[in-house]
Amino acid sequence: MKITVTVNGTDYARVVEPRLLLIHFLRDELRLTGSHWGCDTSNCGACVVWLDETPVKSCTVLAVMADGRRITTIEGLPRNGALDPVQEAFAACHGLQCGFCTPGMIMTARWLLDQNPDPSPEEIREAISGQVCRCTGYENIVRSVRWAAKHDGRAGDRAGGDGA
Amino acid sequence: MQVPAQVEYEKASSVEQALALLARYAPGARILAGGHSLIPMMKLRLAQPEVLIDINAITGLRYIEPTADELRIGALARHADLLAATVAGENFAILHDAERVIADPVVRQWGTIGGSLCQADPSEDLSAAFAALKGSMIIHGPDGSREVSARAFHTGPYQTVVAPDEMLTEIRLPIRLDGGSAYMKVARRIGDWPIGAAGAAVWLTAGGDRIADVGIGLTAVGATHFVAAEAEEFLRGRPVTDETLAQAGEIAAEHCRPGSDQRGPADYKRHLVRELTARVLRRAVSRARGQAS
Amino acid sequence: MTGAYGPRPRKEDARFIRGQGTFVDDIAVPGMLHGAILRSPLAHARIVSVDVTAALAHPAVVAVLTGDDLAERGMAWMPTVFGDVQAVLATDKVRFQGQEVAFVVATDRYTARDALELIAVDYEPLPPLMDALTALDPGAPVVREDLPGGNRIFDWSAGDKAATDAAFAAADVVVGCDMIYPRSHPAPLETCGAIAEYEAVGGRLTLTVTSQAPHAHRTMYAAITGLPEHKIRIVSPDLGGGFGAKVPVYPGYLCAIAASMATGRPVKWVEDRSENLMSTTFARDYHMHGEIAATADGEILALRATVLADHGAFNAAAQPSKFPAGFFHIFTGSYQTRAAYCEVTGVFTNKAPGGVAYSCSFRITEAVYLVERLTDMLARELGMDPAELRMRNLLRPEQFPYTTPSGWQYDSGDYPRALRLALDMAGYDDLRREQAERRARGEYMGIGLSFFTEGVGAGPRSQMDILGLAMSDGADLRVHPTGKAVLAISVQTQGQGHETTFAQLVANELGISPDDVDVVHGDTDRTPFGLGTYGSRSTPVSGAAAVVAATRVRDRARVVAAAMLEVAADDLEWLDGKWRVRGDPDLGFGIAEIAQAAHSTIELPAGVEGHLDASAVYNPPNLTFPFGAYICVTDVDPGTGEVRVRRFIAVDDCGVRINPMIVEGQVHRGLADGIGIALMQSIVFDETGNCLSGSFMDYLLPTSLECPSPELGETVTPSPHHPVGAKGIGESATVGSPAAVVNSVVDALAPFGVVHADMPLTPGNVWRAIQGRPVRTDLSLS
Repeated sequence: MKITVTVNGTDYARVVEPRLLLIHFLRDELRLTGSHWGCDTSNCGACVVWLDETPVKSCTVLAVMADGRRITTIEGLPRNGALDPVQEAFAACHGLQCGFCTPGMIMTARWLLDQNPDPSPEEIREAISGQVCRCTGYENIVRSVRWAAKHDGRAGDRAGGDGA
Repeated sequence: MQVPAQVEYEKASSVEQALALLARYAPGARILAGGHSLIPMMKLRLAQPEVLIDINAITGLRYIEPTADELRIGALARHADLLAATVAGENFAILHDAERVIADPVVRQWGTIGGSLCQADPSEDLSAAFAALKGSMIIHGPDGSREVSARAFHTGPYQTVVAPDEMLTEIRLPIRLDGGSAYMKVARRIGDWPIGAAGAAVWLTAGGDRIADVGIGLTAVGATHFVAAEAEEFLRGRPVTDETLAQAGEIAAEHCRPGSDQRGPADYKRHLVRELTARVLRRAVSRARGQAS
Repeated sequence: MTGAYGPRPRKEDARFIRGQGTFVDDIAVPGMLHGAILRSPLAHARIVSVDVTAALAHPAVVAVLTGDDLAERGMAWMPTVFGDVQAVLATDKVRFQGQEVAFVVATDRYTARDALELIAVDYEPLPPLMDALTALDPGAPVVREDLPGGNRIFDWSAGDKAATDAAFAAADVVVGCDMIYPRSHPAPLETCGAIAEYEAVGGRLTLTVTSQAPHAHRTMYAAITGLPEHKIRIVSPDLGGGFGAKVPVYPGYLCAIAASMATGRPVKWVEDRSENLMSTTFARDYHMHGEIAATADGEILALRATVLADHGAFNAAAQPSKFPAGFFHIFTGSYQTRAAYCEVTGVFTNKAPGGVAYSCSFRITEAVYLVERLTDMLARELGMDPAELRMRNLLRPEQFPYTTPSGWQYDSGDYPRALRLALDMAGYDDLRREQAERRARGEYMGIGLSFFTEGVGAGPRSQMDILGLAMSDGADLRVHPTGKAVLAISVQTQGQGHETTFAQLVANELGISPDDVDVVHGDTDRTPFGLGTYGSRSTPVSGAAAVVAATRVRDRARVVAAAMLEVAADDLEWLDGKWRVRGDPDLGFGIAEIAQAAHSTIELPAGVEGHLDASAVYNPPNLTFPFGAYICVTDVDPGTGEVRVRRFIAVDDCGVRINPMIVEGQVHRGLADGIGIALMQSIVFDETGNCLSGSFMDYLLPTSLECPSPELGETVTPSPHHPVGAKGIGESATVGSPAAVVNSVVDALAPFGVVHADMPLTPGNVWRAIQGRPVRTDLSLS
């Protein structure tokens, strides 16, 4: 089946099987390997990307469901080559160790700050509660998002953020 | 990661078109909404539909709207929509109690109310919540639409009254005065399916000291139609005291049929029914009286 | 000098925050095929026939391998890391649910998965052995008819039985308990996988693989495949966590190799999560009976333990070869004891193989759990506060180095100071007051302590080997003419931050910036031999090697600097990053200038051949012994059995801290492990052999909402024998934390008469414990 998807601002037209999962489309077809997968049952969240500005576990949607829609992955987060403050935050606050859950955490954190520019630690923990990290024990991820909130010049800056 | 078997795919942009596709491809067709119940089953190959009918493009099915005496929820409303809807939380605290502990914030952006109800997992929290609220489901089919009580909608594990050529389009909840509701869930971990859960909706008499009407829903404990009917019957008309509420819990526990599994042993689940039913009744009463939630 | 030490951000983060890490499944090679494994649905069965005709007929299937195909290449069986054998693809029987039976190779991963359903296997079911406690009963199903011992793998003991029995006989108080350390799984977020590229003309194999021990893997693959070791290259790229899960050689890797040989193309195999949980190395699964003997006023006299170790269907527990029960005999813990004795019996069952994994420091997790539970139970029996009992018995600083009754020589420690700090940080007395107040109101909170000593950094060579490979590790340090350095090490990071800490170690010795030191690891073509990262070895062993190599570079630089300055080498002292003339410190050179000189045309002194480069292989004289004091505060709802962890206080001593930020991150993780292991994680089976924990829906991992914000403290007691006094930290918190959580919950439930409750303390298990009808948590249903 032919689909057209806009990923990180670029249009892609591809022929795919209906059963192809979005995460595999991004990683294997488009070679955007920044998003990862870590489970079979939609529990781990390593695959979180944005579908029309809303975070989604991309292992749980089909690529065909993204036809005609916009996707943003970790590779699409920097603006004009500059890292997003959330990305800088994770490096500043040791919010990652092996880096495998990190893209998914960053995508959810960025979305959280777009909705709630000054989240409390509890709100941050709630926002990432559907995603697993095996390395950090979550504490430094929470600190990273707090750091990003304090250094964020980009809240409200995202185009088309009408939240479908 | 596990991947689905091959499947065909169609897109519907209206209810009529969806029904036509269902009729054409039944019984091997499945509705695809949020996909967060169906796609995980397909990846594990526990579900192997021949055709998926994607209804996400149907406009006009994603809403949470009050009428004069009902709250109407479109089947494509997402869990996050329900959790964010003040009109839902104000009238039916049980729904917000339940949504807060369903899955996780990202999954709630995509999973739909209709999808969860039609998946009919015996551990689905919303099924018990709607049963307690005595809601009803609107089902569209080739012969038009019909209304089925939420307390008759589920006929068994993973089974509903929705026929292969039909589609759930709306859930309706009667808005009544002098009511309060609550939901409590115990799981092995936040976001897990329940080991056991209970929801209650009570409507008190004018003086606030008797139960005028009550609905009790139970999740994951083998309660028929997710309803604790015997406990409801016991409570109707009775005075609101700790003893009667506790007794209702006993009766609910007596009549459910939990099984032992890796979530917990059956005797513990039965105890949970006893404990949680009493607790949600107390909280529902407290809310009905306008006291602290 | 600690100029380059400190909490600096990590060098490796730049790629990960951009999503530019390179994990095995990120890699695509031209012509690459995809493999998938057909696994047994039964825990125990004879294989009658395997029919692959239909699979081979699929147009997108390139090859199918069975056990018989591998047998022709001598690859159907492989040695395990502990001297047993394990089936790569089953030939005669399947011995656990999920065991590998056939390997399909196809053009894409979806087809490979589909083709599994086209393989027809005829099984003759056999009764499965799922309960380790029955493994040695007469008439129990025999898992390994190929071995002489029935289901018995080993009997092993340590300590002095006679002295221990005497101490127990003379004791005023003896407390005993059966306790399970349930089977769990390390579950790194990235599953295991490999890309095998066999190039027939040159006879070279390149294996890109999730391996924590690339060189040990290389040696094993040479033995298994028959390929000469110098023709094998193992590349471990970025690893998404390891925790011991990526130490063993797995059948999938060998299938990929065999498939690449058979097809002449690269073959990628990456497991899914259920395969990871059901077939790769599990952790723990120790059935323990422990006893502690004491005087009436609380002096611990002796400890005794009998253990039944469930090893699954093959003995693949990854620990040094002299220790079939790992370091379990460290179970006297942090206390002075007069005698100790333990016996461990290992048995086979119809479950996946493994046992040593998940930050266990070779079974120290089991040992610490046992002694810390027994200590709390002793305190209850004596009516003593558990903190007071511990303080009374902790080893004193003047007793170090201390040799325990079971033969461990602890290097250094000030235990009472660490415990006092933890108690102060927790506000312990206030917590006890609060507990009493809440009990009066019918609310139940618990305060649980755990004090642990662990031994890490395995070596020395004479005592520690894996399959005959002695446990030392190497470091090669090159300094380029412009003074930039490259350090090649034999250990393999899976997130611990080696690219940063090792750069700091070298930078500190050479007086240069850590930015000027690149760390190379993971590629056997580019790194020196070593045994890899597990058991918290990296800092104690490989870090030491890096320091020794850097010291040799610096010493060589001294000689060159002396030539440059036309003075004697003894006239120079190392001060503020330069070799300077004594008494005239403005005359001196730093490493960069000296390196340039060493590469120049100057007359080089004896011992310098044209560069400053140096290598080292470090043979640790002993383990190092990090330790810590943990306090966990929980609130328990007895009506539902729910446990909430309110606070976690952790004081750790890992000697000198090279990068405190990284050290704290390791502790954060281990505390989360403790919460998960104590409250929700376990791999369970039903009596017919089905694994009921084959996904993250049932093998539950703690989320951000279960883990409170940890409160960390530190003491620093350098290791006297490590070149910079560092001890290692990677596993400490996983070792110390579960007991703190369990002690806390049991403490909360004391008013109900609960004396012990087994992990995982799920709501149902807690409630049943309160009722006095505890469940056997290693079985699925009760």
